[in-house]
Amino acid sequence: MLEVENLRKTYATGDEALKGVSLSVEGNETVAMIGPSGAGKSTFIRCINRLTDPTDGKIRLDGTELTALEGDELRSVRRDIGMIFQEYNLVERLTVMENVLTGRLGYVSNWQAFRRQFPADDVERAYEILDRVGLGGMENKRVDELSGGQRQRVGIARAVIQQPKILLVDEPTSSLDPETSETVMTLLTDIAADRGIPVLINIHEVDLALNHADRVVGLHDGELVFEGTPADLDESGLDTVYRGADPDETPQVPRSDGDTARDGLDPSVPGGT
Amino acid sequence: MATGKRTWQRPTVFGRREIKWGVYALVVGFFIWSTVGLGVSLSRFLDGLASGVALLGDFVPPEATPRQTARIVDKMLESIAMAMVSTVTGIALSLPIAFMAAENVSPRPLYYLGRGFISVSRAFNAIIVAIIVVKAVGLGPLAGIITITFKTVGFFSKLFAEDIEDIDMGSVAAVRATGASPAQTLLYGVVPQVIPRFAGLSVYRWDINIRTSTIVGIVGAGGIGSVLLTAFNRYDYGYVSAILLAIIAVVLVAEGVSALVRRRYQ
Amino acid sequence: MTEADATWRRFDRRRRVGRFLALLVSAVVVVASWEFLEMGGVDAATVPREINDLLTRMYPPDVAYTGEIVGPLIETIHIAVLGTAGALVLAVPVALLAAKNTTPNAATYWLGKVIVTVSRSVNTIIWALFFVVIFGSGPLAGTVAIAFRSVGFLGKLLGEEIEEIDPGQVDAVRAAGASPVQTLLYGVVPQIKPALVGLSVYRWDINVRDSTVLGFVGAGGIGVQLFRGVNAFAWESVAMILLAILGVVVVSEVVSARTRAVVR
Repeated sequence: MLEVENLRKTYATGDEALKGVSLSVEGNETVAMIGPSGAGKSTFIRCINRLTDPTDGKIRLDGTELTALEGDELRSVRRDIGMIFQEYNLVERLTVMENVLTGRLGYVSNWQAFRRQFPADDVERAYEILDRVGLGGMENKRVDELSGGQRQRVGIARAVIQQPKILLVDEPTSSLDPETSETVMTLLTDIAADRGIPVLINIHEVDLALNHADRVVGLHDGELVFEGTPADLDESGLDTVYRGADPDETPQVPRSDGDTARDGLDPSVPGGT
Repeated sequence: MATGKRTWQRPTVFGRREIKWGVYALVVGFFIWSTVGLGVSLSRFLDGLASGVALLGDFVPPEATPRQTARIVDKMLESIAMAMVSTVTGIALSLPIAFMAAENVSPRPLYYLGRGFISVSRAFNAIIVAIIVVKAVGLGPLAGIITITFKTVGFFSKLFAEDIEDIDMGSVAAVRATGASPAQTLLYGVVPQVIPRFAGLSVYRWDINIRTSTIVGIVGAGGIGSVLLTAFNRYDYGYVSAILLAIIAVVLVAEGVSALVRRRYQ
Repeated sequence: MTEADATWRRFDRRRRVGRFLALLVSAVVVVASWEFLEMGGVDAATVPREINDLLTRMYPPDVAYTGEIVGPLIETIHIAVLGTAGALVLAVPVALLAAKNTTPNAATYWLGKVIVTVSRSVNTIIWALFFVVIFGSGPLAGTVAIAFRSVGFLGKLLGEEIEEIDPGQVDAVRAAGASPVQTLLYGVVPQIKPALVGLSVYRWDINVRDSTVLGFVGAGGIGVQLFRGVNAFAWESVAMILLAILGVVVVSEVVSARTRAVVR
């Protein structure tokens, strides 16, 4: 269970990216965080595994307070947090297998890492996960030979092999076409459900959020301004989240009672970054 | 697969792991051979370093008597003058050779002749060229100018020929189609396309020539190099560092000017 | 429209004037240089004749001399190989200092830049003069000279390569809980490996050429024989040495180009 309390982040430039955000994610729920670009979504996710250091606030993962951890302790907490990135962030010149096994680096010595000698269990699990994400037989391909959708599957595999307690997902579909986005999101939520782990997803595309999330939170200008189920997110809710944002970015959701999110969506919902 | 766990080994670019280890062994073996072959031993290296540290004291502070300073200035000017003249002569001679060595505008036999000349010019270090030219035309800046000109031709023709090969042949054909003679085609179809790169390359080579002109004097081909060698031979290390500082300063200024001009042109 | 036309023309004229002035200044400088060198009396006809004379005396190359130059040639290659290897060992830390994204602070950044600049501004042959004083004559001085000249080259280009790596890939490896060494091995090294290999091989190729002249200042290699031959006016032997150098240089250029093509 992830608990974030009153998280603040002020960059050296003076930009206040987060102005006291509190959120908890537990069980095996999928929480989608929506909001306009620049609202602080990425900063929030990156603060949780301390790729960015928060200025103030508390972050607890299964009771471990991790805002003050350093060195080995921080690394051992990071092993329990899987992260999937917007631009995949795979190591382009390494093979698919090496990228997946990167998720186990926290458990091997530097020398083993250098020799690519991972425990047999890890390798076997890597094969299984690659099969699961539909990349069976691709382990020896170099990542720079893969398509966008395939890359993000490798990204998922790399996060899942960590056997994390939570998955953090930062704009997983913004570099993908709509169809691939849908499959990647389905795969992601299915895998999380199989393993019974919670997922926190930053997502720009509201339709995807509504389709796949159990809970939606809206971030606007560094503050949490909406929290509820996908069904709770109506026109006024969207207005609150996207108010003041570029009008082109504000999605219009003409929805009548009982509509599933998918049917009710205007095709002009925002995509990209 | 049926029994136990699957294993994985990183595929190698060499195809087979045995070949990979073989190649690595060869490389390591070569290094060992080099070390043994040169008679380099750690103790000698460390002894050298120790005496080097002691010697460094002799190099600071850089010092030069007024007469020596005047000599540095005079010979440095000679170096720069050599670089100026030979950049112009070198580029002038490069032009025909560059066109000869450009595959798309040159007939076969001329192409090979041009490429051959370029290879020879590029293969020999300026010092080697200088020492031979000095024997042919005597000591002094003339030898330096010939040397640097010769080196410029190899460098400049090669890069310029590559630029010529990259031009749009469509517009060349268009000029030819109007009934232009080969010379006219060159002038109107090819030259306008390569002019912009020409300026950048010239300045770049001028920068390199400044560097070269400071060393050819070591074998008597004019410029500051001869002063440096004399100072070394007299163990006058304060003077040596004064000369080195002058060289570094000139080289840096040339590099700055060259970078500035190239940025404005590209 | 006419207005715009006129402006455009004026701009063009300014460019033309600028170009003309630049040419004029260059011409004046070159003429002044020629005057400064006091070579007005050079008879243009004698130079080609003297060079032709020399080339005639070089023919035919003394093939029998081959046996004596194999050893020095191999030594030349050894100097280039060891010098490049030494330079690489020194250049990696220098590159990390000279790259904005890996250097610890402003002082270390400038230290990196100064090392790179000094190393690059001093020619190999000058480094060789210096190290002959320290190590005495012989290939050790030459090897160290080659290494010192190459550190700046490799450090500069490698540093630029490090500045251009994708920080996202490094982040992802860190996010998985990797140690700093593992982050370097999995996040940074794969990104700069082609540059590392390519630049080393490229520099080795340059170093083979540079090593051929070290002998002139007593720092080993084929230059010793070449210098001796020239001083003894043994032109046929000199021609043989030049041919051998040409061969070695061409081969090393091919090896270097092939290796760089394989590693991507």
